[in-house]
Amino acid sequence: MSIGIEHYLTVAAMLFVTGIFGIFLNRKNIIVILMSIELMLLAVNINMVAFSAFLGDLAGQIFTLFILTVAAAEAAIGLAILVVFYRNRGSIDVSDVNVMKG
Amino acid sequence: MPGIILFAPLIGALIAGFGWRIIGEKGAQYLTTGLLFLAAFLSWIVFFGQYEEAQTTTILRWVESGSLNVDWAIRMDRLTQIMLVVVTTVSALVHLYSLGYMEDDPQWGEGESYKPRFFAYLSFFTFAMLALVTSDNLLQMFFGWEGVGVASYLLIGFYYKKPSANAAAIKAFVVNRVGDFGFALGIFGLFYMTDSIDFDVIFASGEQLAESRMNFLWMELNAVEVLTFLLFIGAMGKSAQLFLHTWLPDAMEGPTPVSALIHAATMVTAGVFLVARMSPIFEYAPSTLTFVTIIGASTAFVAATIGLVQNDIKRVIAYSTMSQLGYMFAAAGVGVYQVAMFHLFTHAFFKAMLFLGAGSVITAMHHEQDMRNYGALRKKIPYTFWAMMIGTLAITGVGIPLTYFGFAGFFSKDAIIESTFAAGTAAGEFAFWMLVIAAAMTAFYSWRLMFMTFYGPAKGDKHTHEHAQESPMVMLVPLAVLAVGAVLSGVLGYNYFFGEGVTEWFGTAVYNNHETNTVIHDAHNVPTWVKIAPFAAMLVGSLTAWLFYVAKPGIPAALAKRNQGLYQFLLNKWYFDELYDLIFIKPAMKIGAFFWKKGDGAIIDGGLNGLALGIIPWLTRLAGRWQSGYVFTYALAMILGIGVLITWFMFTRGTN
Repeated sequence: MSIGIEHYLTVAAMLFVTGIFGIFLNRKNIIVILMSIELMLLAVNINMVAFSAFLGDLAGQIFTLFILTVAAAEAAIGLAILVVFYRNRGSIDVSDVNVMKG
Repeated sequence: MPGIILFAPLIGALIAGFGWRIIGEKGAQYLTTGLLFLAAFLSWIVFFGQYEEAQTTTILRWVESGSLNVDWAIRMDRLTQIMLVVVTTVSALVHLYSLGYMEDDPQWGEGESYKPRFFAYLSFFTFAMLALVTSDNLLQMFFGWEGVGVASYLLIGFYYKKPSANAAAIKAFVVNRVGDFGFALGIFGLFYMTDSIDFDVIFASGEQLAESRMNFLWMELNAVEVLTFLLFIGAMGKSAQLFLHTWLPDAMEGPTPVSALIHAATMVTAGVFLVARMSPIFEYAPSTLTFVTIIGASTAFVAATIGLVQNDIKRVIAYSTMSQLGYMFAAAGVGVYQVAMFHLFTHAFFKAMLFLGAGSVITAMHHEQDMRNYGALRKKIPYTFWAMMIGTLAITGVGIPLTYFGFAGFFSKDAIIESTFAAGTAAGEFAFWMLVIAAAMTAFYSWRLMFMTFYGPAKGDKHTHEHAQESPMVMLVPLAVLAVGAVLSGVLGYNYFFGEGVTEWFGTAVYNNHETNTVIHDAHNVPTWVKIAPFAAMLVGSLTAWLFYVAKPGIPAALAKRNQGLYQFLLNKWYFDELYDLIFIKPAMKIGAFFWKKGDGAIIDGGLNGLALGIIPWLTRLAGRWQSGYVFTYALAMILGIGVLITWFMFTRGTN
């Protein structure tokens, strides 16, 4: 059985859905949400690379490198916010983070 | 020169109204009065000029819209000249009189300035009236027509601190709107039929209009009858004819000089002027003319009956005015417009004088207007007494029948009565008898006024009577000038308005269709008893008044007691006000209350309040529940949203 693009896309979709459910079903910890976001980004990256290889166009792989860079920066900022948040509230429990309402 | 006559009062009104702080109160009064005297002087010069043909001076182009071309123009013909001298002369004298009359007014306290406003209104009124009478087309005439209405409203409500004055002003305005509606419809109709509102075009189309028909109120009617009828509705409103007359007696709430100028001599005669001016088309509308005759004669009769029992000195004269206006319309109705103008001319002098005399009495009696509190004023205010005496002699038509000796009213009123008889129609005969009876009643109420005011014992407050004194010179001079007019205007005008010279003198200003209308000539050949009838009626009325109020003062009270029903009927003015209250005002108030309480209160306010206070907050609370504050629920909403969008996009892509 040769491995075609479908397999890559399936893996990526599974990773993406795992990420989504990681966000919604998680009741504990904001770090898990951050990890889930990373997971979704990686799923997208896999898609990009897969299509890049499949279509013979390097642009997708170059873009993936950019996304990885941005994702690293984003993770750094997210963790920094998390630290500040912990200092202010003394907790990073998801059920405590409900200030985004009027 | 006509331009100066027309605009001098306007300039006076503007300067006095807006600039009196600069030129001072006295300055404003003297300026307006001076300009009016200038206008009056020029009017008399114009009056003695020659105007067989109408002369038109265009001042500016006013409205140009499609086929409607209206110029602001001054039309000079005999009718305009007559009205010019009447308006400017009476107005100038009333300005002069007001200098004295308005000097101290109990309505205003120390330091309150009201005189420049009064004079500005008076001058503005004069301008509007002049615009009306000099107009060359119906639009300018309508401008003047509404202008005098506004001035009348402002002046009736001049004592705006009195609620009754405000109510009277509103009533005058509203009742006049009813008439103006007819007038406006008439103008529209004339434009529709002749494609012009210039007098020259309209006058030339009388015969053609008489042959054409137009749709009005889903009926096909003779065009000229409909149009003249509509115009006459306007005239009825302005001239306080029966059914649209209720505002005139109430208008007496205004200061007395205003009553003299607007509600006796000039504005209320605008309707008569309109009919005379429109004579070239009225001549082709026999049905309308019959209607005019009947309304005029009935008004003369009804107003005279009411005048018999009124006790307020100004109201008596107001009903007298209404009655005399009825005479004028009766004359116009039988086709002798010249005679209507004759009575308008003489009436302006003696009625203005009666009003100004009444004003002088009222000032002397410290603003007491009830004649039951007068009496024995003959010696106290002799000049006013003589002026009023001349006015009464003039209005009752004292003179020697079949000769040329008499006061002004003798000539003009008798001319009207003879003309109605000479008309020979059923309406004419009706008018003849109505007017003769009204002449007797005119004599009665006029002498009743004189006797109650100047003769008999002094009644009412003793203190007031002791302090009664003659008015200042500035009020007596206008009386004297008007007295000259009241004595001489009849005998001097007789030949030109009614006698041999009438055709030549009026020229083309008034149109008589000589094939059908020979009334003015027939009127000279009526039987002798007809010529004597008004004189006899006058004698009967005068002697009855003498008997009732000098010889045996007990009779009126006894008579009133015995005929209580009739007395109350007359005292309450035939219950016209109550009737209108029942028919128009109460239902209107009910409809108003319905729309106010149900329409505005329940539906609009209720609807808006229900929406704003009920539904919207409920929606807000509902929407607020979605706002949990948890980031992941927001993210879920986003994902679901994207899912829905993508699904929708996938299923509809390519189909639209």
